[in-house]
Amino acid sequence: MSAFAQTQLKETFVINLGPQHPATHGVLRVKLVMDGEYIVEAEPVLGYIHRMHEKMGENRTWAQFMPNTGRMDYLHALAYNHGYVTVVERAAGIEVPERAEYIRVITAELNRISSHLLWFGAFVLDLGGFTPLLYAFDDREQILDLLESVTGSRLTYSYFRFGGVYNDIDENFVPGALAFIKRLRERLPMYHALVTKNVILRTRLEDIGFITPEMCRKYGATGPVARGSGINFDVRKHEPYSVYPEFNFDIPVYPKGDSMARYMVRMDEIEQSMRIVEQAIAKLPDGPVMAPKAPKILKPAKGDYYHAVETARGSFGIRVVSDGTNTPYRLKLRSPTFSNLSLFGEACQGMLLPDALALMGSLDLVIPEIDR
Amino acid sequence: MNASAIKQAMAALPAQAVAENDHAKRGNHLDVTVAPDQVVAAVTILDGNGFFIEAITGVDWLGEKAARKKEAAAKAAAAAKAAAEAAKAAGQEPPPPPPAAPAEPEGSQVDDLEVIYDFNHYETLCRVTVRTRVPRDNPAVPTISEVYAGANWHERETHDFFGINFVGHPYLVPLLLPEDADFHPLLKDYKP
Repeated sequence: MSAFAQTQLKETFVINLGPQHPATHGVLRVKLVMDGEYIVEAEPVLGYIHRMHEKMGENRTWAQFMPNTGRMDYLHALAYNHGYVTVVERAAGIEVPERAEYIRVITAELNRISSHLLWFGAFVLDLGGFTPLLYAFDDREQILDLLESVTGSRLTYSYFRFGGVYNDIDENFVPGALAFIKRLRERLPMYHALVTKNVILRTRLEDIGFITPEMCRKYGATGPVARGSGINFDVRKHEPYSVYPEFNFDIPVYPKGDSMARYMVRMDEIEQSMRIVEQAIAKLPDGPVMAPKAPKILKPAKGDYYHAVETARGSFGIRVVSDGTNTPYRLKLRSPTFSNLSLFGEACQGMLLPDALALMGSLDLVIPEIDR
Repeated sequence: MNASAIKQAMAALPAQAVAENDHAKRGNHLDVTVAPDQVVAAVTILDGNGFFIEAITGVDWLGEKAARKKEAAAKAAAAAKAAAEAAKAAGQEPPPPPPAAPAEPEGSQVDDLEVIYDFNHYETLCRVTVRTRVPRDNPAVPTISEVYAGANWHERETHDFFGINFVGHPYLVPLLLPEDADFHPLLKDYKP
């Protein structure tokens, strides 16, 4: 009998994981009831960096809330920018020039690649492999430099505006983006050879940490977590927004539902995002990047409006309630990892603690976005 | 699954209103308004049709009834004035002022908290919003966490922010706010 085998005695003890723990990527705390090395019950404890973004939305003008959107999911901030500007444009009826939409898609997809690269490095780090993190950060740095040159910031972007984007891309951006894609295409096979095919990684991830499609539905999981359980759901295809219908790209779906499936979904998504960026650059139209008639003071018509976008972690939805004044009456932010993490307690029951940490890493948690 | 099929299924409930929305303008397909005691039944219909839960949230409508009353009074005054002017122009005696509208019963003077449930479907594009209203002085609505396990956290969050009591919830303690929090920051009369 193995020393780690589950006993019949049910002698349990409580272990406190976090809020300062390297595997929780931020300040997440999990209260674990353990039976030896096995998890009996897990309760995530949230709110350590809760900043009440929704209340902040109610006491500033529509435009003043823009920087807040970049500070929730700091790894895919441009998707949050995108979600917020589109819902306000929907409410106020603002038309966006085509070039601006293309630039939004190009920058948001580059941002998605950078988010997945960071996740890749940090996830493998969680599993005990240090080297891939340095490679991934090297690649991610190229994207951050590119985005810095057009948006002015490296992480907490506030680049989109109601009716367009803040400024046009410069002459170095397109060659830089194409050079980066060429570089990453050459390096991805190396990542797969070095990490994906690595027997240690596969043993840690394969057939471990199952999430069933039914569990996804009951908890509202979206993004790579749902697609790793065989659910073909991506807001970019399902409820197309911006100019995504113009591009030819696939939605990677892996039916197995284990941690490896979620890993593979994200690795394949990097390739699909590169395809979108290439097509968008090839088709990039000329013209203004800001709607000429976009109002300076916004007063959307009374009513409530909803819009969702696909971020690197899943479907991010915003519901705004306008009372016809220049400040939002109510702003609800539906963040994807909040729902994705809520299934952790059920999914990790009966697992070994190190396997549960691998499962947690495969959920790709960004705590400021959960806590908001 | 499309919006009209769900609309038909909802017709079996005593739903107060079911409206099909223009998705391009509003972002959802179906808006269902039900009484608080019908929420679980409405959500069970959606669960049976394979919907997944997106979010639960609230809206505080503080001052809505006073504003409506004021608007109605202004409208009545304007109508009376117009009638008087029309009568004057026709050379007739102005009609007697209409009797004052009967005062509304006291209970309905309390403003409402709205609870909003958002649902979406993985296979077909159909967003359904379920709404219900509860009075601010006794905001209680049955929990749906037995239908959708994921509602557990969303209801705890809504309880944090609005103080809405989800009756039957297994663990209604603060989720995002500090564990001893006794305030509800998204209420419009909240003063920090």
